[in-house]
Amino acid sequence: MFADYSMSELGAIFAMQGFAGLILFSVFVLMALGLAIIFGQMGVINMAHGEFMILGAYVTYLTSNVFADYMPALFGTYFFVAMLLAFLASGALGLLVEWSLIRHLYKRPLDTLLATWGLSLILQQTYRSVFGAREVGVSIPDWMMGSLPLTDLIEIPINGIFVMVLAVSISAAVYVMMFRSTWGKQVRAINQNRVMAGAVGINTEWTDRLTFGIGCGVAGVAGSAFTMIGSTGPTAGQLYIVDTFLVVVFGGAGSLLGTIASAFSISQAQSIMEFFLSGSMAKVLTLLVVVGILMIRPQGLFSLKLRK
Amino acid sequence: MQSSAFMSRKEIIGFAILAALIFLVLPAVLDNFRLNLFGKYLTYAFVAVGLALCWGAGGILSLGQGVFFGLGGYCMAMFLKLEASTPENTAIQSTPGIPDFMDWNQLTELPWWWEPFYSLPLALLAVVAVPVMFAFVIGVAMFTRRVGGVYFAIITQAFAAIMTILIIGQQGYTGGVNGITDLRTLMGWDIRTDEAKTILYFVNGALLFAVLLIAQYVRKSKLGRLLIAMRDQEDRVRFSGYNVANFKIFIFCLGAAFAGIGGAMFTLQVGFMSPTLVGIVPSIEMVIFCAVGGRLSILGAVYGALLVNWAKTSLSESFPELWLLGLGGLFIAVVMFFPNGLAGVWSEKIEPRLLALFSKKKPDTSAPDGAPAE
Repeated sequence: MFADYSMSELGAIFAMQGFAGLILFSVFVLMALGLAIIFGQMGVINMAHGEFMILGAYVTYLTSNVFADYMPALFGTYFFVAMLLAFLASGALGLLVEWSLIRHLYKRPLDTLLATWGLSLILQQTYRSVFGAREVGVSIPDWMMGSLPLTDLIEIPINGIFVMVLAVSISAAVYVMMFRSTWGKQVRAINQNRVMAGAVGINTEWTDRLTFGIGCGVAGVAGSAFTMIGSTGPTAGQLYIVDTFLVVVFGGAGSLLGTIASAFSISQAQSIMEFFLSGSMAKVLTLLVVVGILMIRPQGLFSLKLRK
Repeated sequence: MQSSAFMSRKEIIGFAILAALIFLVLPAVLDNFRLNLFGKYLTYAFVAVGLALCWGAGGILSLGQGVFFGLGGYCMAMFLKLEASTPENTAIQSTPGIPDFMDWNQLTELPWWWEPFYSLPLALLAVVAVPVMFAFVIGVAMFTRRVGGVYFAIITQAFAAIMTILIIGQQGYTGGVNGITDLRTLMGWDIRTDEAKTILYFVNGALLFAVLLIAQYVRKSKLGRLLIAMRDQEDRVRFSGYNVANFKIFIFCLGAAFAGIGGAMFTLQVGFMSPTLVGIVPSIEMVIFCAVGGRLSILGAVYGALLVNWAKTSLSESFPELWLLGLGGLFIAVVMFFPNGLAGVWSEKIEPRLLALFSKKKPDTSAPDGAPAE
């Protein structure tokens, strides 16, 4: 298999494949962070998570159009505005959904799953009616195009680097929010013992709503970042949902570090296998290994010790 | 089992009404095309009945029933495909005698695991055995480690995704995204004629009743009561000395067997099998059939499958955009307002009123359980 390649070519292939894996890793991390907050901390299954991401992507698409039409001079910076808008739009929708739907179902997790699936169907159809069934792409600002030549053989696309930087900074932001802010402290307190948290004066209802909203907002930012590396269609969200849940469950629900570690191992395994096998078989094998490990170790890679 | 314990009078009436609907009313009022459609819906009802046992009684929500439906359906389709691919029928291929999609994918001989499907008895055995074995492996791995609830749902959903990717990716062996099509005869009997479809509809109905009776037996047996006890207070059942995992494995396998039979009947009734019936979306739609009918009622599950599919066909014929909105709304409405589905609406709202109405005239008339008014 390797006989046809020289050593330097092999090294380049592994480096490029490893880098492709890193981009996939960033994508997984971005997808999974919002879910790690919602599912990991609140135990709510949000099957519409993918649709919240797509909302962020469409918001980015709209913003880029507005900038292109009215402020072409500032086009290079539209993405940062779009990210903020995506966070606000998805977050606001998340608050609304929590208020109207999720809060009635906290005691019935399986029913939440069905209701949010219904929500995802409604959102998909809404996107299709508003934006059309065809995929839309945004025009990337000039500074994000092209690639960075490291050596003669290894080239790294700049938008890939951007997505990676984004993944790292959003992870850091979520970490700070979770472990340094009052909100994070309250979320973790509620996760440990809801009744006690309420008894010491935490407004559990409001914290739940805010947590759901922030989780959805992070999903929106992820969707926004995806427009940099691919196009957006109404049903794109559904493609991600299984991967995303597996990443979170595999990492051990409730552990941010676990989520990142599992995103890393799954993405690397998949992109390395993709080189040797067809894309679909690489995916099948990766998923099978993940499911197999989960059967042996249901609590995932990293588990928090909690008193239930 | 004494018959009085097996079925209450109410339930006998419920079964009789459903039997009358399937065997008399529908064939009488529908034309051939519509009856064939209802035959297709009946095959989904098998899955819904299995889910009513697993999810309603046992509290195990599987989002991977499409996998079992598909496995059963593919087993049947492989037999029919081999029968249709005689060397005479496939003389124009570069390798005559193998299914056409294999030839298109440059396969020159039949893979070994297709060989058993030359035999009808083996194929029929596989229709039940393959899904059950698969369910058994999943069940043993998950339930003995006490994985349940949402984790089980997510992992079964992952299986649905894996199965679809696998079938689509290995198109030389499975027919890929088109599935296995162009099925013609079953032991020389042409299954494509209107007459054959009508006969298959009645076979479907009869098999569905066999499945319903098994489900009813399980529900009324000690096992059924244990399942409900487990759903509500798993630890208490465990502390009473029962091996909770074994009961869960059994009921999950039974649901898989029902789904496999449904899939095989689907292949016969509709004439093809494809990955669009296996994946995440069909699997979760099967759950909604059961939820709409009433997750606690096996008869309700049948009505749910018929009604939701009928609504899907009629809505998507006239307003294709509305169907997804309608289905999404249905999911939310059932969960928020009718957690026990139509059967719940019937037994909580309609039945007491009917009883009040009848009790003035005849004191002892009772209405059927779980049979929603249509």
